[in-house]
Amino acid sequence: MLNQYETVFIATPVLSDSQMKEAVAKVKKIITDSKGEIVYEEDWGLKKLAYPIQKKSTGFYHLIEFRAEPDLIAKLETEYRRDERILRFLTMKMEKYAVVYAEKKRAKKREDQKQEKE
Amino acid sequence: MAQDNSEIRYLTPPTVEIKKKKYCRFRKSRIRYIDYKDPEFLKKFLNEQGKILPRRLTGTSLKFQRKTAVAIKRARHLALLPYVTDMLK
Repeated sequence: MLNQYETVFIATPVLSDSQMKEAVAKVKKIITDSKGEIVYEEDWGLKKLAYPIQKKSTGFYHLIEFRAEPDLIAKLETEYRRDERILRFLTMKMEKYAVVYAEKKRAKKREDQKQEKE
Repeated sequence: MAQDNSEIRYLTPPTVEIKKKKYCRFRKSRIRYIDYKDPEFLKKFLNEQGKILPRRLTGTSLKFQRKTAVAIKRARHLALLPYVTDMLK
């Protein structure tokens, strides 16, 4: 039974861009390998942290919304813990109101982009 | 010293704060899901030190107070909101 999940993780700012992309690609590979399907992906880029984590005050934030089997989550989290480039992560099962909210937000964002183009 | 305090007379009688009918903003504006990813909205429910405001001040209903508390704790975990700070606003 596929549930919809949302995961956000923070990567160390010391990474170069290529390493950052590689870290993100690794996470996405874990999801797509075991029949997971990525619904939406968003990169917040370098943001200031509200409090220092591991002596660092900024971090690369990355958000991935995906549909997957429940047992994938345990694997995903062990990968997060193993990967020392990732400072912190949070995965969350999206209930129906969360899914509706995310849809609306994406639709609004698409309209904003369209208006900018015009 | 104590006598001086008792002699203080109030020039204007201390105004009793008029009781503003509090309403739950989530029920009023039909918000169903509180997103933990936008700290600006969550800051409305934190005081200066970054602590969660009680229901009696914000007037939110029990169901949504719990949802905001969970959202705030998730935002704190992701360092979007500080655990403790001064002059958060």
